[in-house]
Amino acid sequence: MTDTPINSLAERLAARFGDTLKISAVRNEVTAEVAAADLLAVATALRDEAPFRFGVPIDVCGVDYMSYGQTEWDTETVSGTGFSRGVEGEAVGRFAWSDRPRADALPNRFASVVHLLSLENNQRLRLRTFCEDDTLPVVPSLTGIWPGVNWFERESFDLYGIIYEGHPDLRRILTDYGFVGHPFRKDFPLIGNVEVRYDPEQKRVVYEPVSIEPRVLVPRVIRDDADLLQAKAEAADNWRNN
Amino acid sequence: MAQEIRNYTMNFGPQHPAAHGVLRLVLEMDGETVVRADPHVGLLHRGTEKLAESKPFNQSIGYMDRLDYVSMMCNEHAYVRAIETLLGIEVPERAQYIRTMFDEITRILNHLMWVGSNALDLGAMAVFLYAFREREELMDVYEAVSGARMHATYYRPGGVYRDLPDHMSQYRESPWHKGKDLKRLNSWREGSMLDYLEAFTNDFPTKVDEYEELLTNNRIWKQRTVGIGVIPPEKAQAWGMTGVMLRGSGIAWDLRKKQPYAKYAEMDFDIPVGVGGDCYDRYLVRVEEMRQSNRIIKQCVQWLKANPGPVIVQNYKVAPPHRENMKEDMEALIHHFKLFTEGYGVPAGETYAAVEAPKGEFGCYLVSDGANKPFRVHLRAPGFAHLSSMDAIVRGHMLADVVAMIGTYDLVFGEVDR
Repeated sequence: MTDTPINSLAERLAARFGDTLKISAVRNEVTAEVAAADLLAVATALRDEAPFRFGVPIDVCGVDYMSYGQTEWDTETVSGTGFSRGVEGEAVGRFAWSDRPRADALPNRFASVVHLLSLENNQRLRLRTFCEDDTLPVVPSLTGIWPGVNWFERESFDLYGIIYEGHPDLRRILTDYGFVGHPFRKDFPLIGNVEVRYDPEQKRVVYEPVSIEPRVLVPRVIRDDADLLQAKAEAADNWRNN
Repeated sequence: MAQEIRNYTMNFGPQHPAAHGVLRLVLEMDGETVVRADPHVGLLHRGTEKLAESKPFNQSIGYMDRLDYVSMMCNEHAYVRAIETLLGIEVPERAQYIRTMFDEITRILNHLMWVGSNALDLGAMAVFLYAFREREELMDVYEAVSGARMHATYYRPGGVYRDLPDHMSQYRESPWHKGKDLKRLNSWREGSMLDYLEAFTNDFPTKVDEYEELLTNNRIWKQRTVGIGVIPPEKAQAWGMTGVMLRGSGIAWDLRKKQPYAKYAEMDFDIPVGVGGDCYDRYLVRVEEMRQSNRIIKQCVQWLKANPGPVIVQNYKVAPPHRENMKEDMEALIHHFKLFTEGYGVPAGETYAAVEAPKGEFGCYLVSDGANKPFRVHLRAPGFAHLSSMDAIVRGHMLADVVAMIGTYDLVFGEVDR
């Protein structure tokens, strides 16, 4: 896909930044993990130095790693009556505001992920920074380096509550005026918190607690069994000759 | 006597015909000149990304159509490509040609919408009517393959939902369509969908000439667009611009050439590039892109006519088996049941898949923890990045140029607000 082999980008990154970055290259995609303290220096170098020249900020987004890998169906153990089919856990969409799951001191809960693109070198890079404190996630803002990240950081702040230190205008962007909470966090209910309607008696729009019930039709399940392995094997098969 | 004149703040939208949807612009004006522009977006925020986290992978494809609702299949393409990358499955060749063809049909659909509505914003009524005439013809193609004129949900991880139909629906006689008119409308529709598309592609360049006839040398059109909203190439990069916004400023960057996906590597087409980076150049680039898309569609039609084959992987863990098999084959029934009640697990990992959507780079950042639902989906909408530069670009322009600028950004709030 790229003119230069992708490993060389990982190698160039490793040679230039050493232990500052934790680099992985999977499926032609290079991901570098960087500590919040080093982010600005690394980003400036990535923009300016010839082997990188990441001139286009493609995307910045937040990720909430709470409940990563949690499932609602037990597919491993079997009892005398068969596999468990009771839905357990509080995965996305199954709770209301009052019984939302509590996130107790989860290390590295929030991350800010930046996608960069270099037009000169035709290469992409994913830069991930974990927030040290999950009660008050803070990451330095990249607006001084690429003005284009401005709105993406506002979006991540709005939806995840990640604070971008040094951002010139960190307002909410996608949610309603006066919205409370950060809706894309995993402990924010899918049904929301308040609903809006027009009250003909008061002759104005009123906000009320949501009346809908949380409901999810398909349980979340992770299967480590033959299914996936077989799918992989079948995919590796040259199906066209079948 | 000196009189003190203060700047005043003006509200533009969210219900304004030139705001292209629900854009609210708070403009600080010094007379007719814009001093500061503060776009308020999010009035159409639906939480698509969060909704996708609560559903099996396939059930969110339909949401993708509704992001940029004038370039539906390109959005689907980014999403299914992300899933395919994580699953590690390869899409049948015929499906890739179909996708390439429909991406380009979508590009024409989008640019027709754009040229029509932008001309309408800037005072040219007729172009809109011309553009929607051809748009209707392409919408029929969408309908023929998917049953829906817009929100197709046609691309699936592993291929496309079904093969191209071998007939096109025809107009019936009615008080509005009769006689010679009816015969003309149905003359393309005698054969298969590919025959119909072939007829369309042979005819379409003359239609593009018609739009150009109305606009390219039109004095009013040029007065409203030449030299307006000039974006220097460095600025375009720093603001994360992609697609026409970048090419209009003279950077020949197109994912279809630089990081080809589907069958673009085998297609013969050119990348139009602007010179001045103003609204007029971006208009010229978009018009030329329609001609190039037409070329690509032609090549795809030719290949598809000659090469039948499967259009979706025959991997029943990902794509359902044939419906007929289900009636007799127990295993097919089980596969079908599991797929539609639980979906499929996607191996843990993360990926970013991007396509050259008509508006720019539409990307899907997908994080999976191995479950049957995505852990995190983030959709990188080109319009969001473009609109964020609004303040930096329109400062010092006149109010009427703001309208030209909104138009040239090619904004659709389905994707900006997600």
